Amino acid sequence: MSGANRIKGKGRLTPARTVRFSFDNQVLTAVEGDTLASALLANGVHLTGRSFKYHRPRGMLSAGPEEPNALMDVGRDAVRRTPNIRATVQEVYDGMRARSQNRWPSLAFDVGGLNNLASPFFAAGFYYKTFMWPKAAWKKIYEPVIRAAAGLGVAPTEPDPDHYANHFAHCDVLVIGGGAAGLSAALAAAHAGAEVILCDEQAETGGAFHHETDAKVDGRPGWEWAQAVTAELRAMDNVRVLTRTTAFGYQAQNHVGLVERVTEHLANPDPSLPRERLWQVRAKRVVIATGAIERHMVFANNDRPGIMLASAARTYLNHFGVAVGAKVGVYTACDSAWNAAFDLKQAGVSVPAIVDVRPDPDPELVARAKELGIEVFAGQAVLDTSGKLRVKSMKVGKSSGGSTRDISIDALIMSAGWTPSVHMYSQSRGKVVWDEASQRFLPGRNVQDCVSVGACNGVDDLREAVADAAKAGHDAAIAAGISAGAAWTAPEAETGTSWAGSMMGSAAGAGTNTTVKAFVDFQNDVTAKDIRLAVREGMHSIEHVKRFTTNGMATDQGKTSNIHGLAIAAEMLDKPLPQVGLTTFRSPYTPVTFGAIVNHSRGDLFDPTRRTPMHGWEEAHGAVFEDVGQWKRAWYYPRAGEDMHEAVNRECRTVREVAGMFDASTLGKIEVVGPDAARFLNLMYTNGWDKLQPGRCKYGIMLREDGFIYDDGVVGRLAEDRFHVTTTTGGAPRVMHHMEDYLQTEFPDLKVWLTSTTEQWAVIAVQGPKAREIIAPLVEGIDLSNDAMPHMSVREGKICGVPTRLFRMSFTGEAGYEVNVPADYGEAVWKALWERAEPLGACAYGTETMHVLRAEKGYIIVGQDTDGTVTPDDAGLNWAVARKKSDFVGIRGMKRPDLVASGRKQLVGLTTKDPNIVLEEGAQIVADPNQTVPMKMIGHVTSAYWSENCGRSIAMGLVIDGRSINGKTLYVPMPDKTIEVEVTDTVFVDKEGVRLNG
Amino acid sequence: MADIAHATRTEALAGRAGGAAGVTLTPARPANRVSLRAGSGEAKSLSDALGHELPLSPKTSVSNGKGRIAAWLGPDEWLIIDETGDPLEELGKAEVLHSAVDVSHRNTAILVSGTGARATLECGCPQNLSDRVFPVGSATRTVMGKIEVVILRTGENDYRVECWRSFSDYSFALLSEAAKDCLA
Repeated sequence: MSGANRIKGKGRLTPARTVRFSFDNQVLTAVEGDTLASALLANGVHLTGRSFKYHRPRGMLSAGPEEPNALMDVGRDAVRRTPNIRATVQEVYDGMRARSQNRWPSLAFDVGGLNNLASPFFAAGFYYKTFMWPKAAWKKIYEPVIRAAAGLGVAPTEPDPDHYANHFAHCDVLVIGGGAAGLSAALAAAHAGAEVILCDEQAETGGAFHHETDAKVDGRPGWEWAQAVTAELRAMDNVRVLTRTTAFGYQAQNHVGLVERVTEHLANPDPSLPRERLWQVRAKRVVIATGAIERHMVFANNDRPGIMLASAARTYLNHFGVAVGAKVGVYTACDSAWNAAFDLKQAGVSVPAIVDVRPDPDPELVARAKELGIEVFAGQAVLDTSGKLRVKSMKVGKSSGGSTRDISIDALIMSAGWTPSVHMYSQSRGKVVWDEASQRFLPGRNVQDCVSVGACNGVDDLREAVADAAKAGHDAAIAAGISAGAAWTAPEAETGTSWAGSMMGSAAGAGTNTTVKAFVDFQNDVTAKDIRLAVREGMHSIEHVKRFTTNGMATDQGKTSNIHGLAIAAEMLDKPLPQVGLTTFRSPYTPVTFGAIVNHSRGDLFDPTRRTPMHGWEEAHGAVFEDVGQWKRAWYYPRAGEDMHEAVNRECRTVREVAGMFDASTLGKIEVVGPDAARFLNLMYTNGWDKLQPGRCKYGIMLREDGFIYDDGVVGRLAEDRFHVTTTTGGAPRVMHHMEDYLQTEFPDLKVWLTSTTEQWAVIAVQGPKAREIIAPLVEGIDLSNDAMPHMSVREGKICGVPTRLFRMSFTGEAGYEVNVPADYGEAVWKALWERAEPLGACAYGTETMHVLRAEKGYIIVGQDTDGTVTPDDAGLNWAVARKKSDFVGIRGMKRPDLVASGRKQLVGLTTKDPNIVLEEGAQIVADPNQTVPMKMIGHVTSAYWSENCGRSIAMGLVIDGRSINGKTLYVPMPDKTIEVEVTDTVFVDKEGVRLNG
Repeated sequence: MADIAHATRTEALAGRAGGAAGVTLTPARPANRVSLRAGSGEAKSLSDALGHELPLSPKTSVSNGKGRIAAWLGPDEWLIIDETGDPLEELGKAEVLHSAVDVSHRNTAILVSGTGARATLECGCPQNLSDRVFPVGSATRTVMGKIEVVILRTGENDYRVECWRSFSDYSFALLSEAAKDCLA
């Protein structure tokens, strides 16, 4: 038997299919299809956790996603466990381990329960007032202790071994919710021929038919009808039915996020299946059929285990076949709880009393209760309850006073009426409207292409809800552009349960007494008196009340508490409820795992890793790689026994003495083509391009509109109307966008087109005295002599039999070439060049050596020696600004008074007095090291290296009016010492530049 | 210099194969590719030069059934893919104003085929790829996960995903991952 409280013949589960699970290490038996909550209740377990703040014993309140109390740590093994799982939603599977949370040392005896005794100290807003001083104690004492004591579950420490999937889906009609209304809408839309997605958060569709057994649709019991319709929908090609799938976020333009729990109910899931699937649906029309959520009654000690929503008790009975108690009391302001009582009584459960706050409940219900032998207390209230780990009795009496009666019970079911679930509507940016007649907030005008149907739209009567929803589904299909469709009639329903009757705020038992704990928000331990206190303390807006009390701010987002909190605040403020306002509902509707949100984007797929065509060779030759944006670039090539410095020193020396090969493939490349190509470049760069002959290259600087350096690179002119532009590695995408942006918005009349060719070409830089000797035998059709192909020229020909764009250029100061070949040939050409280079004593070098060699020549790196506030003049690059041009991007910015005034930081060289000290990049520079702190900082170091070729350290820095103080001594104060430096020019090697032409 | 060996080609996805029940992932053969830019008024002359019609409707392509496809990427932009001929050479003969840039090696492609092909692509592509919106012959420049791709629908259950060379690792890995769930 799967639990003593299972009633034979009740419920829809198959008793023979049992599964075993554990709760706090106790092994229990359940039936397949049970939720963790129903399985525990079947085994007589009501106590499932301790509350957030006061550590009060708590049990299941609900049977659905609104559950505030029964949060558990659930998993299949040590690695696969998730905290804060709602036991009322989680299905049981064989081998599942569930643990209660927020208790120590055990659930039944919890030390944290002392908080309950100390509760006057923890009143609403206590943390704003209590722990003000001393400041340091916050970090060390208050926050850690409070967090540990008032906590939810513990996050797993191991990486998640499961995988998650993402699907983008498009449909004509998305129906959210598979209750009577949702199914009717989906069916109508599907029959009209629309592509339909229907999602429902539960394992099975049917919505309220889980508990409401007295309704019929098309002549069949509601549940049966729902399952038949679902089967019909599943069989249609144009419909996708997603169960165990929660619509959690309604974004702009009908973009709705759904999360499907794929394997969380299976004992042995196929490992190829994702644990969860994220569905990102773009729907032409959305039908919101999210139903309504029952509210609890607010009265003293309404949180004892065994006290729950009437609809929950009815669900446990009618769907799971579980009696929530043997003696069940009923406390209500709403008709539907009476039906729950009748069902329980008829199933053989003792129901000693129905307490209805309404003085004259529906006589038919009263008559029926009498018939069943249930005592009715109309116009009375439950004033208090008793029981430590489970409710034992309820005190019934009139709120006006007089005699009271204690009635012995072991469960108490309650209903304060139903709150339409307007979460999705509200998330769609719709504004709810107060309906005076029915005293509730309902969807107002639709802001997006959506419609609300059924209980979430305030349509309580089943007959009306089904008819309305079917029409809405059909209309949605038509609005989505579906023209045809078979003739079809809406289902006809016979109403069962009445949902009438409601109360908001605190009932009589909540009193005005400030010591009474009448819970409004169970998960955050907010009581009626907390909300009253908030108002007394001056919180008059519901947004303030919410934040002061944390009402509705727990993971359940106040699904059961918001309206009560609002009503109590309104009463205190003596204002009509709608004037106090309702807080906004935000995504997610229920908590969503990080796994689902991240889905494929983890590990290698977190971000693309870009590798050059020569990566394999580099790896095989021992390169150490550095990340440059998404690229992996060879950083240096250590030989056996070399550390980074030794490797870089050797590489630097070898390039200047012999030659080196460097993978420059990551440099951005843009092909600029068209009769106006030169005119366009004139506008994009500070330099002039008209006079550049085809076959020649030029170093170009690009500014932003504000006059600061944005990017730089060498540009080769291949033909009158064709340029090969290079950019920095990191700048490639943004420079392309920058140029395209100006072309389309500012210079659309120019006849020129831009094409990114970054990845078309693998680039092999061969630099050093023997560069020409290395490449010459492999090159065809290009005269490599100095006269025919001088420094800064470009030729097209062949290398190793494949096409090449061969640049003679240098970022090292040595004579050198950059061999561009189509990318797939990169590796083979590199290998052929290496076969030539290696015997000559050349080396492969990485980005670190490249950085040192360029610094020895004073070549800047944009983004290192510039920081977005450096002008060409600041960087000493005035020579690259064409004075005769009347326009280019940045020309006006450059003339701003602050950019032409003296006192700007200028790029200079810096040599330390002690040649062995390498400065730290970013270190500040001062003129007088004996000033008092804070000193006046006149500049900072931008680049600093050990230069093996100079036999000393070298550096560059930006210093105020730096060029005018050449030779002067400045100081770099460091934590342990002050370093003396001399201001120099920026060229440290081959000041005349003769080596370039070698 | 006559003895210079012709450099061999190393394709980015050489030797890769992937897929799952319902879908196969195959690196496409090397192809000549041209990024063609021109005003739509020049399309006729350029089509003549190519001997292949340039599509003028958004999100469409024209295939000659013999390995050449021209895809519309924008009002003044086409991607021409050719597994045998060299469209760049043919465009060289066109006298109307245009820009033709060789991007043969910039792009690489993955062929995604099978009943689960569409669902595989839908893991990372937010566009509507349904028959109604994206029938056979459709082409689009779009997003796949975190990268830009061009997707061509070449058959009922056949798609070609073009991406830049260095993104092919990511693209292949993402599609392989997605393939596992393509029958969902």
